[in-house]
Amino acid sequence: MEMPAPNPAVLALKPRLVARLQEVLAPDAVIHDEAETRAYECDALTAYRCPPLCAVLPSTTQQVSDVLRICHEMGVPVVPRGSGTSLAGGALPTADSVILGVARMNDVLEVDYDNRFVRVQSGRTNLSVTGAVEADGFFYAPDPSSQLACAISGNIAMNSGGAHCLKYGVTTNNLLGVTLVLMDGTVLELGGAHMDAPGLDFLGVICGSEGQLGVVTEATLRILPKPEGARPVLMGYDSNEVAGQVVSDIIKAGVLPVAIEFMDRPCIRATEAFAKAGYPDCEALLIVEVEGSADEIDEQLALITAIARRHNPVELREAADEEQARRIWLGRKSAFGAMGQINDYMCLDGTIPVSQLPYVLRRIGEMSKDYGLGVGNVFHAGDGNMHPLILFDANKPGDLELCEAFGADILRLCVEVGGCLTGEHGVGIEKRDLMVDQFAPDDLDIQMAVKDVFDPKWLLNPAKVFPLAASEPRRQAQIAAE
Amino acid sequence: MHPTSEADLAEAIATAKGALRIQGGATRDIGAPVIGTPLSTEAMDGIVEYEPGALTLVARAGTPLAQIEAALAAEGQRLPFEPMDHRPVLGTTGTPTIGGVVAANVSGPRRVQVGACRDFLLGARFVDGAGRVLKNGGRVMKNVTGYDLVKLMAGSFGTLGVITEVSFKVLPIPETQVTLAFSGHDPARAVATMAAALSSPFEVSGAAWVQGQTLLRLEGMERSVAYRVGALAQRLQPFGQADHIQGTAANTLWQTIRDAGALVGCETLWRVSLKPSDAPAFLAAVDPEQQLKCQIDWGGGLIWLGAQTAENAANTHARLRAEIATLGGHVTMLKAPTALRTSLAVFQPEPPATAALARALRHRFDPKAILNPGLMG
Repeated sequence: MEMPAPNPAVLALKPRLVARLQEVLAPDAVIHDEAETRAYECDALTAYRCPPLCAVLPSTTQQVSDVLRICHEMGVPVVPRGSGTSLAGGALPTADSVILGVARMNDVLEVDYDNRFVRVQSGRTNLSVTGAVEADGFFYAPDPSSQLACAISGNIAMNSGGAHCLKYGVTTNNLLGVTLVLMDGTVLELGGAHMDAPGLDFLGVICGSEGQLGVVTEATLRILPKPEGARPVLMGYDSNEVAGQVVSDIIKAGVLPVAIEFMDRPCIRATEAFAKAGYPDCEALLIVEVEGSADEIDEQLALITAIARRHNPVELREAADEEQARRIWLGRKSAFGAMGQINDYMCLDGTIPVSQLPYVLRRIGEMSKDYGLGVGNVFHAGDGNMHPLILFDANKPGDLELCEAFGADILRLCVEVGGCLTGEHGVGIEKRDLMVDQFAPDDLDIQMAVKDVFDPKWLLNPAKVFPLAASEPRRQAQIAAE
Repeated sequence: MHPTSEADLAEAIATAKGALRIQGGATRDIGAPVIGTPLSTEAMDGIVEYEPGALTLVARAGTPLAQIEAALAAEGQRLPFEPMDHRPVLGTTGTPTIGGVVAANVSGPRRVQVGACRDFLLGARFVDGAGRVLKNGGRVMKNVTGYDLVKLMAGSFGTLGVITEVSFKVLPIPETQVTLAFSGHDPARAVATMAAALSSPFEVSGAAWVQGQTLLRLEGMERSVAYRVGALAQRLQPFGQADHIQGTAANTLWQTIRDAGALVGCETLWRVSLKPSDAPAFLAAVDPEQQLKCQIDWGGGLIWLGAQTAENAANTHARLRAEIATLGGHVTMLKAPTALRTSLAVFQPEPPATAALARALRHRFDPKAILNPGLMG
């Protein structure tokens, strides 16, 4: 993956920059020692690393504003960072950038049950937002797999989803307002405790803009009353086609499960060897979960299992109690870890129209043979968000490149059948150069026009989202104008 | 102008010499009056693709809303955000189009549970002010590829581009619905009742107050609704005994609420979006004598206010804006005589920094300033 060459003029500014940052931040909040900046050299896309010029850990919106104003004045790029769990390289530094980490900003600022929202500082982790309200019977719905570690700031940057968004939507559907700091230090309030934004929907644009338009320091999040209960059912089928048909039939029947998860044979075998959840050895496995009171769950599951039976499952297992429910979810939740036991893997995130599921799985199987790399599929079937896990050996020369080429082919396939490159992880650097496969030049230009408006100098989170060939001329023009 | 294709539309915009007044079915005459050549999207119509098993629908902007709702209903599905019909309350005629729904980000009572029009919008194609055909989003439910301009287009009232095609996530129509109706409630009691209901796990899909009645809607499968109606009524006992409304009567009731039926005939009309629990104090402050017609929706988060005549409208407008400034939220003057909509700010004025961003963004999307210029202020 190509990254722009660091600007020598900016590298030379380091001593002066550090001195200015130290004027507005606590001494331990400016990290500039080369050994210490290494902690920020990558996120969860560990194949790419680059230590930043320095890292700052502000505690307040005012400090974030001060940092951005200083960097803006000095022409220094800034890479915002939540918890560093991005799988797309969304928080990968450049050598001439300042990492702005919000990890110290993790307070709950306001909890309002009457109006069902919570206001938090953006460094707070996803799971601890729910943690702040669950004793009172509420929860925050978006649940990315990394929810124990990932920060709300990153969730907003990538518009994160999770297993339960078929019913509850993704981050953007649960975000009511933000405090946003622009690159020049201007502080804006967008949205709030009321439901609709006046004027243009800037909140909707900020969510999913990968930290390129501003730094979110506080967020107002919608919270929901916890359902009375939830219960999964597991079903196994002999073919992906049939499993895909079951998903479609369940959706058409008018029940809306809270989650429909899908695993294919390679993934089932890997997780079974690792987690021993007692999954059947079959071509395709579905986990369908519904919510409500015990009676409501029975009613919905009766309908779902009737549909499942019509398609001759090789296995149909309803959870009778908590322990059985846990075992049904155990394999699914260990899937990534299990694949990691076999080999290094790369996790993709394309979305496809649900009807294309059998075709896409067959094509991935064929490509797997061509490339000679194994692949397991585990994904959110209800919304078509796939997570192919490609296995490779990081120590074998050329294997990473081969894996990336295979991944790119899968993502192009997703676009070709009417889907998209990324459903919930974001573009980052990982899918940046594939954007031309999904968007025409004008489609990218209008997105970059939004960037021009929010960050005219192109200093925030450089070299992400847009292909370098498209974004670098804009950025270089700004540098030249300085 | 009635372009019949995206290419025609692009050509019309690229060669336009002056301001264009963009409209779909022209049923939602909202915003500052625009003087310009009318440009209608009505001739670009038709459902492009509908996959019931994937819960997704793609349609051209000029497709009548009724046609989309009928196609969905034939498969037991619907647009979950319950778009209102503005015709009764605005006194307009014409055929509402799906493009108009998106341009005005129109949502109804179910917004309180499932979200707004913009939350179900998966993708959009549009022509910008330079005549470029552009697309953003797509037709799949989860998509974070690039910036989300789909949200930006929703509610931009044609000022950033002319929408040509939209795609939606749709949902199944539940088996049944029952509405609990509490009588003799004032706004304070109503909002407290609605807060208690919406904070329960019983999945309330409508929470409104109209003519002294607090109305709470529950939808779902038969047994489930029966159970939740009982459990919710039990929990809400402190707020009084509730009557049950169901069947056609319930459908009609919610359609009337959706369309702000209580305010039909008003010459001036405001729509107030605020924190739900602020609604009673807001009403007490702006209309202590209860001289305005009023309906509350979204559990308190949406207030409709109307006056029979336009007399004193400027004073009322100033009072509403002054009060909302102390609470947070916004006030839109949805209906008023043309002169008032020209002289007063129809949409809530934004703080300077936000307004500057909006101006700069409009300039990038519409460099010639020809798309509904001035409509949003």
